[in-house]
Order: sequence, then structure tokens, then C-alpha cells
Amino acid sequence: MDMSIHFKELDNKLYGFIEGEIDTYTASRLREELEAVKITEGLEIVLNLSQVNYMDSTGLGIFVAFYKRTLREYGKVKLVGLSNRLQRLFEITGLSDLMDIETDKKVELRK
Amino acid sequence: MKEFDYIEIRVPAKPQFVSVIRLTVSGLASRVGFNYDDIEDLKIAASEAVTNVVHHAYKDEEEGEIVIGCALYENKLEMMIADYGNSFNFEEIKSKVGPYHPEEGIAGLREGGLGLYLMETLMDEVMINNDGGVTVFMTKYVAREQVEKNVERITT
Repeated sequence: MDMSIHFKELDNKLYGFIEGEIDTYTASRLREELEAVKITEGLEIVLNLSQVNYMDSTGLGIFVAFYKRTLREYGKVKLVGLSNRLQRLFEITGLSDLMDIETDKKVELRK
Repeated sequence: MKEFDYIEIRVPAKPQFVSVIRLTVSGLASRVGFNYDDIEDLKIAASEAVTNVVHHAYKDEEEGEIVIGCALYENKLEMMIADYGNSFNFEEIKSKVGPYHPEEGIAGLREGGLGLYLMETLMDEVMINNDGGVTVFMTKYVAREQVEKNVERITT
């Protein structure tokens, strides 16, 4: 029961793959890894959440913080591959109206 | 026979035990007969309540505990999450939580405070007692058509 994230750069885009459970125990590592991402103007970041099998408000908070920083530093971020569960979490909190989110049917790039 | 089975777990208020509580609640919820989505809802609600205790109830030097009590009924699950630490003002916190609204714009996005909102949204009833420590009391009912299905299965 853990969480891992790894990044891959391709065609001037940064792809991040997140796996496992995001809760208050795994949150600090995810937050650190995302804070370490260097955002340059116009950089497109795609975070793939298709392998995330649990997430709660702790995870939502981390993605909101990362989303805000990326916009502030003139980058773009998109969350892709969300399961129905994750999609619902973003919907009931109203975040899906604000952030760029795609469900697992439209995943841009697989591993 | 008693109306419900009661299970109580006591863990140190540390982040690494939140997933243990989640797994336990998931197992108990499937005993009651909840469907997949409802079990996931219960896991999130329990995690939110326990996470809240881990972060807010005890000061750094204190070795606090969390008590999680689950009452399993035929058609519902009651969860009680209690600490003995600092209490918070429920009404005050409640007035600050809730879903995001597009008109607030991205810069105004709050990063915390969604936990209580999620508990209230995912459970059927949430009550918070603020007397000394904090006790969160939550109930979720098994969806009606499922209960009827179970009843049919028993009678036939």
C-alpha cells in the first residue's frame, strides 16, 4: 500500500505517472515530488492518474496546489486517466469545473 | 440477538495507520452488504475523519490515540471516530468548507477544508460532538434496492 510517481519528458511535454494510494501518509512524498518540478513558461504537464486506486481530500489539496503554481508560473497542467471514482471526487468538490481533467477513456499516452 | 455487532479499534494517531483503518472499514462494510461505490465512499469518509485527528487533535510531543467504533446493523453502518485531544468549533469550520465554485477563480482555490465537506457528502448522516475531545459520528445506509434484494434472497 504505497504511492510512486515518475516523470518522462517527451516532445516538450512533461508526463507524470502516479501509482498507488494517495492519503495523508503518502501525501508528503507526492507533494515534494510535484514541488520539485521546474515549470518553464508554456510547459505542458500531463499527470496520469489511471493507476491511482485511492484518493481523498489530501490528494485533492495537493493537485489544487500544483495546479495553482503551474498557472502562476505560466505552465499548463492536465490530469488524465481518472477512474470513475476519482472523476466523481473532482465533480462533487466542484474542482472538475476549474481544472483540466480527462477520464480514462481519453488517455493521451500510456506507459 | 443483539441489534448490531460492535467492533472497536484503537490506533496511535499517526499517518501510517490511516490506510489500516480504511482497509478495516472496507472489510466491515462488505459484511453489511454495501456495494462497491458505497464501500469506497465509506473508506474516504473514515479516512477524512481519522486524518483530521492525526493532524489536529494532538500536539507534536503528545502520543495520541484514535478510537474507531463501528456498529454493523442489517441495513446500515455507524462509525464513531474519537480523539481525546483538542476540540474544534464545528459550526465555524463548517461555514468555511464546501465545494469550489467556478466564480471564485483558480487563484482563490482553497487547498484544505474539503475533508468535512466530503464526509457530509458521502455519508447519510454526520454529527460532531465537541465536548472535550472531538467525536465524529457518521451513518450510511445500504441502498434500498439492495436491501430488498437481500430480503428476497432470505425469504426464498
